[in-house]
Amino acid sequence: MSPLRLWLMLWRAQWHEGPLRMTVPVLAIALGIALAAAVYFVNHSALEEFEQAARRLAGEADLVVRGPSEGFAEDLYPQIAKLEGVAVASPVLAIDVSLPGAPRPLPVIALDPFRATRVQPGLLGEIAGGLRGFFEPDGIFLSMRAADALEAGTGDRFEVLVGNAPRSVRVLGLLSDTAYPQALGIMDIAAAQWMFGRLGRLTRIDIRLVRGAALADVHSSIELLLPAGVTVAAPAIDSDRLASATRAYRVNLSMLALVAVLTGAFLVLATQSLAILRRRPALALLRALGVTRGGLERALIAEGVVLGLIGAALGVALGLLVARWAMRVLAGDLGAGQLAGATGSLAVQPLEMLAFVAAGSVFAGLGAWLPAREAAARSPALALKSGDAQAGVGTTRPWRAGLILMGLGGVLALLPAIQGVPLFGYGAVALLLTGAVLLVPDVAERLLGSVPAMRRAPLALAVAQLRGSTAQVSIGLVAIIASFSLMVAMAIMVHSFRESFVAWLDTVVPADMQLRVGQVGSTATLTETDEIAVSRIEGVARSEFRRVLPLALRRGAVPVALIAMPIDEASAAERLVLVKAVRGRGPSQLPPVWVSEAMVDLYGWGPGTEVVLPLAGGDLAARVAGAYRDYGRSGGSIVIPRKVYASASGDSAVNEGSLWLARTADAAAVEAAIRARAPFGEALQIRTAAEVRDISLRNFDRAFAITYALEAIAVFIGLLGVSVAAASTALARRAEFGMLRHIGLRRRQVVTMLAAEGVLTSAIGVCFALLLGGLLSLALVYVINRQSFLWSIDLAVPWLALAVLAATLLIAAAITATLSGRAALSGDAVRAVREDW
Amino acid sequence: MALLDVKGIAKRYREDRPPVLAGVDLTVREGEYLAIMGESGVGKSTLLNLIAGLDRPDKGSIRLDGTEVSALDDDAATLLRRRQMGFVFQAFHVLPYLTSAQNVGLPLVLLGTDRRERDSRVAEMLAAVGLGGTGAHYPRELSGGELQRVAIARALVHRPRLVLADEPTGNLDPRTAGQVLALLQAQIRVGGGAGILITHSLAAARTADRILTLTARGLESTGGVQQGGP
Repeated sequence: MSPLRLWLMLWRAQWHEGPLRMTVPVLAIALGIALAAAVYFVNHSALEEFEQAARRLAGEADLVVRGPSEGFAEDLYPQIAKLEGVAVASPVLAIDVSLPGAPRPLPVIALDPFRATRVQPGLLGEIAGGLRGFFEPDGIFLSMRAADALEAGTGDRFEVLVGNAPRSVRVLGLLSDTAYPQALGIMDIAAAQWMFGRLGRLTRIDIRLVRGAALADVHSSIELLLPAGVTVAAPAIDSDRLASATRAYRVNLSMLALVAVLTGAFLVLATQSLAILRRRPALALLRALGVTRGGLERALIAEGVVLGLIGAALGVALGLLVARWAMRVLAGDLGAGQLAGATGSLAVQPLEMLAFVAAGSVFAGLGAWLPAREAAARSPALALKSGDAQAGVGTTRPWRAGLILMGLGGVLALLPAIQGVPLFGYGAVALLLTGAVLLVPDVAERLLGSVPAMRRAPLALAVAQLRGSTAQVSIGLVAIIASFSLMVAMAIMVHSFRESFVAWLDTVVPADMQLRVGQVGSTATLTETDEIAVSRIEGVARSEFRRVLPLALRRGAVPVALIAMPIDEASAAERLVLVKAVRGRGPSQLPPVWVSEAMVDLYGWGPGTEVVLPLAGGDLAARVAGAYRDYGRSGGSIVIPRKVYASASGDSAVNEGSLWLARTADAAAVEAAIRARAPFGEALQIRTAAEVRDISLRNFDRAFAITYALEAIAVFIGLLGVSVAAASTALARRAEFGMLRHIGLRRRQVVTMLAAEGVLTSAIGVCFALLLGGLLSLALVYVINRQSFLWSIDLAVPWLALAVLAATLLIAAAITATLSGRAALSGDAVRAVREDW
Repeated sequence: MALLDVKGIAKRYREDRPPVLAGVDLTVREGEYLAIMGESGVGKSTLLNLIAGLDRPDKGSIRLDGTEVSALDDDAATLLRRRQMGFVFQAFHVLPYLTSAQNVGLPLVLLGTDRRERDSRVAEMLAAVGLGGTGAHYPRELSGGELQRVAIARALVHRPRLVLADEPTGNLDPRTAGQVLALLQAQIRVGGGAGILITHSLAAARTADRILTLTARGLESTGGVQQGGP
């Protein structure tokens, strides 16, 4: 018999036996693939869009000279423009402009239109209509997205914050959405330098080379001219930066989606194993009739692959729908916030869709492989014998392999991240999980063996049934153990993170009130006079001000945050959540700075090292006095004593403050007084500590909402597995129930027996998954979280949530078993005993 | 004295079909072992199910040791079966996850029999059916004949008043079938109850005290092969 015909025969028989049994693994794979595909499509499309936008801004530049956010002297520009091989040099001042009351700053690209259009030819068409007005000192072109956000049209005016004063700018025209899909403004460079107090400063020079000029030669000539902190390279695409900044979060989400797929694969393993067990005599008959061992094995694997193929195709279609919805509703942001703002178009290649379909088929094929091999290896003579369903199943106890895999997982957990992605960490989780799953049959056998003898017949029968079928019980438990243990691990990780986050908030937001000049951006500040005015307001018992600004330490990397605040070595431990500190000053006379954990990982700035900060007034040598946790800035931050910063940079302005109120003070009255007294008071962002805490925690929960959703779906798939196992086992045991009814077991006693089996089985699964989840959470907390986000967290277990979850699963399992039993008993006990088993 | 008294029972499953049983009468005395034969679909198993209280007749009465079986609700019928009846099926129906001894002891577990007594009666019963020493064996380790012996031991271990055997030798070779039937008859006698054997096989029927044939007209006596009753 040809394998295809054999397979078709088996397929028809399987379908005839129970369409539902075949539908469930298909649905499980579909759900898993849908999640994985949706997460991938959304993240990929959003990144693709940002990348295209960034390319448009860089235009056709061959080289880009880039400086820190504070910029560099514009004298460099004519020197570069005159170099041999340089056709055009276009000076650029890129600046994040603060907007009163706006949640985000407006990125403004200031340029010389005549030179810029030779690097970005498309720009001329965009601004041609308003070219004459382009040179107006307060004129700006806005992208459609920026115009929408500002609710401003051509000819309208809007305010920006410059220093401590608002300034009005006029919209000269709108840039097309296709060319500039992101929110930005384009200005004349001279006007911007004047308006934002950056006279004589540039942040970038875009360079086009003469045709035929050697890139390497020009690169070397430019390099010789560059001051410290300024670099030259081929255009660094901002999206690279974005991609690296969001990679950890995206990889985490993708891994979670993969968990759902894996759970689906485990479910295929469970359902195929049970289906093959049920069909063992039929399969043995085929072997007896002349089907070869290999032919049977291939046919059964093909069955799994086809189930996977159908499920994966459905999953990709569902994933596309979900992704389209997510792009439209969430604008490409799955919770991390950094990818927010995509326009909502989905970029999906057919090859990517095919890859997901292939992945689903492979997973399902792997799930079918083990039971297929066992079925083919079984002696036909034995398999044809009645009562063979349990015999020989899982007789080889794979606990040794399980322990070895878990040991290997432990070793992988000790290895570092690759390119910022904790691949070994994920490998460790996969090995720990697989190894632990291999221990399930032995653990189940021991646990069931330790159940005391029951006096009541239904319970005694339930225990006997489970003891006699530990292999089947283990197979049925695999999917739920895989999904529930990962859910437990994620729940512990997220809870640990949240607890650490709350503790961190309490330390970094100790004051009653926080104020900020402009939400983000670097153009708005308060002067020392403003500080004094605010601190003298009635009700303000104490005040403290900070200067927070971005500091570019490495080209292409996310700028780190420099925080100049009143701090010294004695008070550092109270002001920051220090994880490592250097005791004593040592021989170094350099001023102290403290760095976030990300700085230690990304820049190697461990406590005790001496570092150089490229400040506006020149480089500042400092020593790292300690490392602290900073959950607010994943790209890294540096805390420097404010006096040190002010004297080194000449910048004494501030843009953030903390206020401690007098006991009797009314927060609302203080806020009103500040707004009335301070310049551009209405633009100040003022929040009480409770509001900051609320907003931060809401953002935190939002970021993890998608995580919870993915986990819940994985557990749902696992529970589906338990239900299918219970239903198919109950159906297969109808004859047994019939016999028990004949010899005097009441209907409800049979149902009690099944419920007891369900609860006992699930209890084993839940206990095992809780322990395994605890183990996996260590890998998540200490390896994956640390390597992904570059910050540490303290382990905290959400006991109550886990208890509720475990109880819910137990109840669900009992209900499932009961319903399955009732369904199996709904038939006639008389007929049941007539079915041959 | 009549242990089982069936009078005028009728059963119809579908209105558009003729009744499966119509006015069937049957009396089984204590210690009697009778065989019921008949063509397929004539209602032999239906009759057995009605006697066992697994189904209800449309008409007529079934009294077992003075109890009207057809008037019992599901729970009461279950209790009656548990205490007073034993079953042997064609497909053995021995639980694969229990040992032979555990399978045999199942009715005693349901009756709440003390463990020591249960063990002793199970061992006694296994020895009686020729399976002494196989109590720890699982069904997969036994042959078809041995499995049916386990089933017979299970049907008799709680000393039921009535044993109902539906084609108990249908899956066995003639030699084993003969041994099993002899065993069944002997054990019913020893236990002091009565037995009804449903069979297609004349050879099997001939081991009974009395043979009845079920037809569309009801039960008809075919003749006694042996003298029944103690």
